[in-house]
Amino acid sequence: MSMHGPIATGRTATGIPTARLAVWWLLSSEVFIFGGLIACFLLFKFNGAPGFQDAVLTVTWAGAFNTFVLLTSSLTIVLAHDAAEHGDKDRAFKYIWFTIFGGLVFMCVKAYEYGSKIAHGVGFTTNIFWSFYFTMTGLHALHVLGGMVIMGMVSFDIRKGYNLHRAELVGLYWHFVDIVWIFLFPILYIANF
Amino acid sequence: MLDYFIPRASSFSGDMDGLFNLIVYGVGFWFVLTLSVLVYFMIRFRHSVSPKAAYITGEKHSESKWVHWPHYAIIVFDVVLIAGAIMVWVQVKQTLPPKDDIIRAVGQQWSWSFVHSGPDGKLDTEDDVLTVNDLHVEVGKVYHFELQSRDVLHNFSIPAFRLKQDMIPGRTITGWFEPTQEGTFDLQCAEMCGHGHGIMGAAITVHSPESYQATMEAIQNGTYESEYLKRLKEGSTPINAKRPQVSQNEASPYTEKLLSSF
Amino acid sequence: MSQATTMTEAHAHDVHHEESFWTKYIFSVDHKVIGLQYMFLGLFMALVGGYFAYSFRMQLAFPGQEVPLYGLVSPAEYNMLVTNHGTIMIFWVAMPVLIAAFGNYMIPLMIGCDDMVFPRLNRLSIQVFFVSIVVLFISFFVEGGGFGGAWTSYPPLSSVAEYSLTNWGSSLWLLAVALEIVAFLIGGINFLTTTMNSRAPGMRMTDVPIAVWTINIAVIMFMASVGPLVAGAVMLFMDQRLGTTFFLPSAGGDPVLWQHLFWFFGHPEVYVVLFPAMGIVADIITTFSRKKLFGYRAILYTIIATGALSFVVWAHHQFVAGIDPRMANIFAVTTLLISVPIAEMLFCYIATLYGGSIRYELPMKWAMAFLISFLVGGVTGIPLGASGMDIFFHDTYFVIAHFHYTFFPIAILAMFAAIYYWYPKMFGRHMNKLLGEIHFWGTFLTFNGLFLPLFLVGMAGQHRRIYNYQHFPDLASADLQGIRIFATTSLVLLLLFQIPFIWNFFASMVTGEKAEANPWKANSLEWVAPSPPPHGNFKELPTVYRGPYEYSVPGNREDYWPQHMPDRN
Repeated sequence: MSMHGPIATGRTATGIPTARLAVWWLLSSEVFIFGGLIACFLLFKFNGAPGFQDAVLTVTWAGAFNTFVLLTSSLTIVLAHDAAEHGDKDRAFKYIWFTIFGGLVFMCVKAYEYGSKIAHGVGFTTNIFWSFYFTMTGLHALHVLGGMVIMGMVSFDIRKGYNLHRAELVGLYWHFVDIVWIFLFPILYIANF
Repeated sequence: MLDYFIPRASSFSGDMDGLFNLIVYGVGFWFVLTLSVLVYFMIRFRHSVSPKAAYITGEKHSESKWVHWPHYAIIVFDVVLIAGAIMVWVQVKQTLPPKDDIIRAVGQQWSWSFVHSGPDGKLDTEDDVLTVNDLHVEVGKVYHFELQSRDVLHNFSIPAFRLKQDMIPGRTITGWFEPTQEGTFDLQCAEMCGHGHGIMGAAITVHSPESYQATMEAIQNGTYESEYLKRLKEGSTPINAKRPQVSQNEASPYTEKLLSSF
Repeated sequence: MSQATTMTEAHAHDVHHEESFWTKYIFSVDHKVIGLQYMFLGLFMALVGGYFAYSFRMQLAFPGQEVPLYGLVSPAEYNMLVTNHGTIMIFWVAMPVLIAAFGNYMIPLMIGCDDMVFPRLNRLSIQVFFVSIVVLFISFFVEGGGFGGAWTSYPPLSSVAEYSLTNWGSSLWLLAVALEIVAFLIGGINFLTTTMNSRAPGMRMTDVPIAVWTINIAVIMFMASVGPLVAGAVMLFMDQRLGTTFFLPSAGGDPVLWQHLFWFFGHPEVYVVLFPAMGIVADIITTFSRKKLFGYRAILYTIIATGALSFVVWAHHQFVAGIDPRMANIFAVTTLLISVPIAEMLFCYIATLYGGSIRYELPMKWAMAFLISFLVGGVTGIPLGASGMDIFFHDTYFVIAHFHYTFFPIAILAMFAAIYYWYPKMFGRHMNKLLGEIHFWGTFLTFNGLFLPLFLVGMAGQHRRIYNYQHFPDLASADLQGIRIFATTSLVLLLLFQIPFIWNFFASMVTGEKAEANPWKANSLEWVAPSPPPHGNFKELPTVYRGPYEYSVPGNREDYWPQHMPDRN
């Protein structure tokens, strides 16, 4: 396989760089997956399915702290993007790793939450609320984890000066992960009715 | 048109057949017209007759009207169809005329249990009459039905009544029918329900009042012979004489195995 | 070396360094090779799906007897066969061949660039697709057999192993479908990005061939509709394997929710496969009638309108499924309204023929067969969308006949139209005309012989997915059985008539008459590239000056005017 890509990849008839366009399409397809899950959750909730009063048992402060962590990490990835735009490889590298660290903190809090739930005998199959809780936060956590791995891979390229535009792409993805959490947090942690 | 294939045995089956005729003639008109135009163009503008093609963009109004006008006509036509469809729908599914009697059908993998309300006309009382795969109703009475399922989705379907309704575990779904023709008809499960879906049949028998009484008594005396099994052995009462039955000795070994598992 | 060579030679000529068989044909990143891989896999799966159809139709015609080449069909196997016939034909035939194969092969050629924008993502897509086929095949052979709960897989039947009796079959089936969806999402992102960004210089949105438009619109619709189904599939999978109760009513779940998720995908899916077929047919009828497409923009708008409307019709599959009956009225209205844009689209196609100079080459014959058959499929949908009538027709063979009159034209007739049309481009040779004629007439006539009778048995109340009608005495009559035997005979003939095609397809690669770059004298850019196109597609990347349907333009010497030609032709 030749190292240089096809000419097609370099064209931008829309004026939007190809890679950014592709990430937007990827995210839009993800929106429908999470949207479907959230819609199902709300349907159950408003139809009065049993178990939804258990929303009071979720650890609101942990969720709130995680929201704060994710929002902060979104800020650092924006700073990484900004640094990459200015060609500041080392600063971009540093900020990407701040973001990865934010993701790590998020995952630790998540692990603590899961652990304490399971220690109290609450699991996947306790009732539909908890099934949703673990499915939605689990799927989201997988996205966080995936984002951390991708950012790790991208960061070393950036430090070497390749593919600086990828800071923006992982940033877009990270914002999406953040926004999903901003939807999940209120419906799972706050809306205890 | 449908009554050529299948008897009309309930009060709303005539309306439904009327709706079908409306659709067939209305849609058929458009279908034949469109197809004729298509075939005419295909023949008229073949290369040997029309060696040079015209340049028509279809963007000018004088050209596009040939497409737009038929399409406005279709909107008008759709409204007529929608009105007809909704009228029949409302009659069958959204109204509940006062009942003369009530029955309950319970589906499970892969048989039917029927509860007849008995003389008092109420379910879940002492005089209920229970049957398996055999439903008995009286001609000319309005029946309400309650549908339940013990396991998976089933569908309570009586083609001669033009009636179908899914049965959902955990829910009771109500509806109505009024039989208008005496005889025994197929009652099908019309929703995939597992390996035995193909044997989940039953019989619904529409009785005269006398025959209904006699059957109910026979069931309680234990002298009753199941219409369903009788039909399986003999084949149905022919809907019209042109239809002799398929030989029943072509039964598959699996059928017997499944049947004997009950 | 001449341009019209076999594929192997053309590749050897153009690649920079010698590549092994594996890197060239199996792990290639070339969009053309990936397109062909999709096509071969799709055609292979079509044979599998056809074999399944043969097996269960034989059981219906001659119940309880040994089916040649299969054996006895047990009820469980019958259910497995119908379920997987449906699943295969939709997910592993219609979508890969119409969208992935022709999309991959033709989009870069038709918009005038050298490859997809993400060639390696493209390779990942075909690899995931291949794995999905493997998983599906494994699901047939696990303990308990393949999944038999219908391609709609309604829970609780599909979610509880004690009900379906196919513990691993259900899960692997679901996993296979999920993998196939992932393959298409990956490929779809590639299609969209390529079409949006990599069009040849000068190519405006309205200069893009309808086939490219329709594939892209189909991909967008697929993305938007499949998301909730993916969510549902995750929930269903957890119900199956982890013991959650999302769809289990005894623990507060709701089985009807799955139906909404499934049909929210399932109905747009019909248009996801219809649109590429319509697009391919648009290109073919303009080429062979030497006419400009009647109302390019009108067609585009009707496609978009149909696509949008198709998202609000899904519950017409559930009229009698226990939804609120008032909801049915809304969905009956939206369902019948969808006939308006679809009819307008068909009218535009018919109007395109007006004033043309129609040459009945093989692709044109298939395209005309598509239009006629799809018309039948369209009008027979109306009794089903009319809520009152659907109470009778729900789950009868009328439904089967209706959707086969839509899917068969889409997935088979339009696919053959496309294969006969682009074969000279793909392999640099023509197919044999006589064998093609035999194949066409044999397929078209037996297809009608197969599905027209099913309308009749449907009107007699024959319901679906029953392995043997003797438990329903009203349906066990000899004349209904006669109709079943007639339909099955047609199916066997239909399958036999594919033999000339298979022979023609492979033999013509070697012995067919050599094809020039533009054998049909068509306008779009794929005909600028040599046949078959080498790696990199074009000798010189083209620039576009006009739309793809400028046929018989007054003042031109020739009756076609290719998109890349600056001057009058």
